[in-house]
Amino acid sequence: MSEYARPQSEPEFEQNFKQKKPLMNQTEAFTESARCLFCYDAPCMHACPTHIDIPLFIKQIHTGNVNGAAETIYDMNWMGNACGKVCPTQVLCEGACVLNHAHVKPIEIGRLQNFATHSVITSNKALYKKGQLNGKKVAIIGAGPAGISCACELSVLGYAVDIYEANYKPSGLTVHGTAPYKITNEEALAEIDYLQNQFGFTIHYGQTIETDEQLRDLEAQHDAIFLGVGLGPTAPLRLPGETLENVIGAVEFVHALRFKKHHMQVPKTVVVLGGGNTAMDAASESARMGAEQVYLAYRRSKAEMGAYYFEYDLAISAGVNSLFNASPKEIQGTEQATGVLFIKTELENGQLVEISGSEFVIPCDLVIKATGQAKMAAMLQGIKGLALDASKRIVVHKTTYQTGNPQYFAGGDAVNGGAEVVNGAYDGKQAARGIHQYLITHNL
Amino acid sequence: MADLSINFAGIKAPNPFWLASAPPTNSGYQIMKAFDAGWGGAVWKTLGVPVINVSSRYGGLNYRDTRMSGFTNIELITDRTLAENLREIEIVKKHFPHHAVIASLMVETRKEWKQIIKDVENAGADGIELNFGCPHGMCERGMGSAVGQEPSVLKTIVGWVMDAAKIPVITKLTPNISNIEEPGLAAVKGGTDAISLINTIKSIIGIDLDTFAPFPSVDGQGTNGGYCGPAVKPIALNMVRQLAQHPKIAGTPISGIGGIETWRDVVEYILLGATSVQVCTSVMHYGFGIVREMDAGLRRFMDERGFQTIYDFAGKALPNILEWKELNLKHKVVAHINPEKCIGCQLCYIACEDGAHQAIALSREPGNRIPEIIDENCVGCNLCALVCPVEACITMEKRDPGTEHVTWEDLTKARKIPDSFNDPRAGGNGHWVPEPEAALERP
Repeated sequence: MSEYARPQSEPEFEQNFKQKKPLMNQTEAFTESARCLFCYDAPCMHACPTHIDIPLFIKQIHTGNVNGAAETIYDMNWMGNACGKVCPTQVLCEGACVLNHAHVKPIEIGRLQNFATHSVITSNKALYKKGQLNGKKVAIIGAGPAGISCACELSVLGYAVDIYEANYKPSGLTVHGTAPYKITNEEALAEIDYLQNQFGFTIHYGQTIETDEQLRDLEAQHDAIFLGVGLGPTAPLRLPGETLENVIGAVEFVHALRFKKHHMQVPKTVVVLGGGNTAMDAASESARMGAEQVYLAYRRSKAEMGAYYFEYDLAISAGVNSLFNASPKEIQGTEQATGVLFIKTELENGQLVEISGSEFVIPCDLVIKATGQAKMAAMLQGIKGLALDASKRIVVHKTTYQTGNPQYFAGGDAVNGGAEVVNGAYDGKQAARGIHQYLITHNL
Repeated sequence: MADLSINFAGIKAPNPFWLASAPPTNSGYQIMKAFDAGWGGAVWKTLGVPVINVSSRYGGLNYRDTRMSGFTNIELITDRTLAENLREIEIVKKHFPHHAVIASLMVETRKEWKQIIKDVENAGADGIELNFGCPHGMCERGMGSAVGQEPSVLKTIVGWVMDAAKIPVITKLTPNISNIEEPGLAAVKGGTDAISLINTIKSIIGIDLDTFAPFPSVDGQGTNGGYCGPAVKPIALNMVRQLAQHPKIAGTPISGIGGIETWRDVVEYILLGATSVQVCTSVMHYGFGIVREMDAGLRRFMDERGFQTIYDFAGKALPNILEWKELNLKHKVVAHINPEKCIGCQLCYIACEDGAHQAIALSREPGNRIPEIIDENCVGCNLCALVCPVEACITMEKRDPGTEHVTWEDLTKARKIPDSFNDPRAGGNGHWVPEPEAALERP
């Protein structure tokens, strides 16, 4: 049975999706920051994909220099606030905290980071200025973490930046694809507003760039183009019954949930297919929306799941049931899905094999496919010289993020195949430097 | 079973835990509450000439998230009438006849001293403490630390008091002098029965970065206050032992004061020769109830070591405190890092590298954050062990065979004082240091 009652109102929704990393108050920030050891060559800094000087900003929080702390964070990561909330800190900075080795609770770095950035965002304290315009223009496709970071960095360097965003809100999956208990829409959007207030880059919403003509236009009008296009919709599983009405992709499910909130109807029994973090999110969210039974079904074993253990634990604690070594064969139903036919699997000489005769059916009212997003290959094919790898990820130079077409740079999910907000933020910033270096050295 | 009772210069008390003359002893109400909680004695907030107090009065020194690791005040002696205080002394003594009630006094003229001594004796006080320590306000009027800083004046006034008093007299000293032995000796020469120390240290505890006013601020301004609390304990401990070791002062009972909060602090003072302790700041922080921990800890310490009374271990650390020239130059310890306990913070590395003797190296093995001691460079200074956040991870290991004992004094007497820095007779050569340019090399 579900532990959550179906939310009927915004406050009930918020209660069911209570923030996992709530904002610290001043006292908590003060006492928590006091615990930091100020390690030499601190492992938390190395574990952070953006290499924020964590001991420094923690010390700054402790000494009442909260604006300075926020600057230390933003100097390295333009999505500092979002990352404080949505980063899997348990496996990054907090996982590297040396206190873990003493079996002492690691410093709550994510929440401290959020304390500092939230403070400057709410007070709209401008920490940066737009650089003097150098006359060069850069187009950015996608206003996700990579695109926004790239825009901020380029603005500091004096570029005029236009962002083209297919959606009607910025910040990409931070708003459209993150579990609501990790960050609220308002908080994610507030950070983008805060950055835009300082840098003034333009975001053109509802502007899908997909045709060759649009690409040629952008190329003609800009010195460089950054591709922060992310990934596409949930990829098809190629299962019979996949097109039935109540079969939905996890990304689409989360997107709908974040904007419809308590108005979204999640039926009584839900089957989530997949073993990654998005599957965990979708299962946990279904339970929090009041589904009576939620089954998380993964075709391999628990140990082989891609999801972080804490994301799995969170789903389980929300009342989700898990099924391992259960491979979906068919989604049953005529117009509506009524169940999923599974077959049990096992490993045989390292190969996953189906156990014949082990079929079983889990009846359900909704199937959520959390089995990965498709790549934006069609759009990317219109760019001359752009190289894609076997998984259709954009191939870029390791440090400059330049693509096979020298005018194009890329970062984020479209390059890494789907990672964290923090990775996108890092890529975007580095790519901006790559663009700057390229345009300067080639005197373009 | 330990017996905590004391007889301090004729003042009897069920235990050595006394409240110092300060805000916690401002009234009979507070002192009765304290005795009920387990305190063995109390030195009444100083009685004397009329005063007016200011608002505000206290300031705290916080270290990280620890509140009041140091404390300051600009409060004066009691601002309640003498009659009220005397009446309350009587009431307290009626309820607690076996507890020590000591009247702290501060007046100016010989006549005033004579009168106030008579008054407190009549009220039933068990002893008198002379406040020659207050470093703010009263000293500007020629009292408190103004007396404590002039050994001849101090001696004279102690003499007046001894002539007049029938009950034991404790002289309380100020630390705001260059050598505590001088006022200590003056008090003894004046005939005092006992000494208590230290009073508070002249201080400015901090400045408000917005208003530029010192703490505590009185209408945007301030003055030097009297510093006390845990931070002053090392200064007080040294002053207590200086008097306890002084041949002409040793034997005079000493009441130790300064930063006492736990049983460990109490034991340290007793080991340095104090036979009662006085507490203020920790009570102002946590209330009278903290005496429970002191009492339980002291009893366990004594029981586990077979001490019957505090006199069994009073002063036991004194023989171990020498002059530098008397220390063994042949003793050698070297740091050892326990790799099982090390959590890889590398604070020991950077502390030694930047702050001491460059005797710790980082591991060359990728991913291994456990530093290594460079034995030949380690001077055994302790810094790494002091900064290590893990209990008992870095230990100092003895490396000399323990067969040789040579002191600077021995060398002096034997005319063997080294005449060059590399002379092995110096007790060891200078340790290796990198070339200055190495500081700017990048790995």
